[in-house]
Amino acid sequence: MIVADRKPLQEILDMVEDCEKLLIVGCNACVAICMAGGEKEVSELASLVKIAKKKQGKNIEITERVTERQCEEEFVKEIEKEIKGHDIILSMACGVGVQLIAKMYEDRLVYPALNTKFMGLPEEQGQWAETCAGCGDCRLADFGGVCPVARCSKNLLNGPCGGSVDGKCEVDPDNIECAWQLIFDKMKLLGQVDKLLKIEPAKSWKTSRDGGPRKVIKEDVRL
Amino acid sequence: MKSGSNLETVLNSGEFAVTAELGPPKSANKEFVIKRAQILKSYVDAANLTDNQTAIVRMSSTAAARIILDEGVEPVIQITCRDRNRIAIQSDVLGAAALGVKNILCITGDHQCFGNHPDSKNVFDIDSIQLVSLLKMMRDEQKVLGGDTIKTPPKIFIGAAANPFADPLEFRVIRLEKKINAGADFIQTQCIFDLNRFSKWMNMVEDKGLDKKTHILAGVTPIKSYNMAKHMAENVSGVSVPQEILKRMESAKDPKEEGVNICIETIEKLKKIKGIHGIHIMAVQWEDIIPEIVKRIGLYPRPQI
Repeated sequence: MIVADRKPLQEILDMVEDCEKLLIVGCNACVAICMAGGEKEVSELASLVKIAKKKQGKNIEITERVTERQCEEEFVKEIEKEIKGHDIILSMACGVGVQLIAKMYEDRLVYPALNTKFMGLPEEQGQWAETCAGCGDCRLADFGGVCPVARCSKNLLNGPCGGSVDGKCEVDPDNIECAWQLIFDKMKLLGQVDKLLKIEPAKSWKTSRDGGPRKVIKEDVRL
Repeated sequence: MKSGSNLETVLNSGEFAVTAELGPPKSANKEFVIKRAQILKSYVDAANLTDNQTAIVRMSSTAAARIILDEGVEPVIQITCRDRNRIAIQSDVLGAAALGVKNILCITGDHQCFGNHPDSKNVFDIDSIQLVSLLKMMRDEQKVLGGDTIKTPPKIFIGAAANPFADPLEFRVIRLEKKINAGADFIQTQCIFDLNRFSKWMNMVEDKGLDKKTHILAGVTPIKSYNMAKHMAENVSGVSVPQEILKRMESAKDPKEEGVNICIETIEKLKKIKGIHGIHIMAVQWEDIIPEIVKRIGLYPRPQI
């Protein structure tokens, strides 16, 4: 899923400083599951903004809505009336959702309430980890199902650097596991350590962001 | 001869080689580099110029290499994969070779979070093993990675690093083997304090016969103080400092003298290992101690070949 995290309250308050009629729109997909922008978080943020405004002696009218998926037009259209009726739309979706509303309603001010972080997995209650970099050329079959592009701090393809100690990455030993220790352990378990002796050639990054913003086109389903 | 460098000549002749690290300044001070080159001259076969070590901005290693060449010291430029993509790296290799550089050490590079620009974007377009392959391709196949022919190829003696102290230990030998297969002519190791762990690694290296396929130079660092030893033990990943050395440094009356003694004892033990073909002295901001170390271990004068 796409994992996101709410921006600091002050940054959000600065965005809505002069706003008197605010619409907060959550999303029921990834950001709801990672507890950043679902119904509960929308209501929580609405309360925090109201309290802050009250302290400043200002009035604000806040409407709360949650789309099923903010990355698809048909779901955004369901709240068209509310979008058109507010000064500022504060989206609690990922960056994709924010951009879709901004594109669909060109004359509206649409602001992000979240920082979109990565594609990842929940590891434990309240903790998510980056797992896939979306590089466009999946090689998980060669690395025991552990991605060195997304999970090694230096995206090394030929083994661990000198900063791997006790299974941890020197960049943040408390929080980052060395991806290459994980790959090595898994390949050992699979009896495939020999595969790691092969020199991985320089990767083509053109399937990644380095080929420019990407599009997926499936000719067989186009109208 | 692959490069005709002095380092290559010394190693091929079977002499025990001596290299040392020369950290370029955090400024445009040419005199700084000249002074250190003059200290090292005639005591080392070549001097390594670090490439923005620990991700701290310093004078370019290639520029510093040209300065020490003018002083009569042969450079080994270090190239990390952190700051440049394959286009910039190949361009720098051609430029360095044109300026007279004949030895290049290929390294991954410290993560930028440790340096003075933690907000920077890292590159890691290629890794250190791919960089070794790339240099070999440029030199031997006369081609750039994209396939175009190089009319005047860079004649480079290709180096790579090895860290026997990082984990997983077994992978450290696989890494070395991959570097050798990629084309590493020589290897310089991380600084060695923990001889037990180093011996374990070296035994695995010798079992695989890897020491016969490349020239391994063992890295050593003279410690200046107990605090430095403690810092290296606790804060530098991939460096192992045994308790015994910490104790010796803590109780030493003259810590600098003790640090040099420890360094010399380590070198003497390393010299006895058959698969070790030289030493690489990394005296961090203490280059003026290098002549004393080289003399005391009986490696002075250096061979004139």
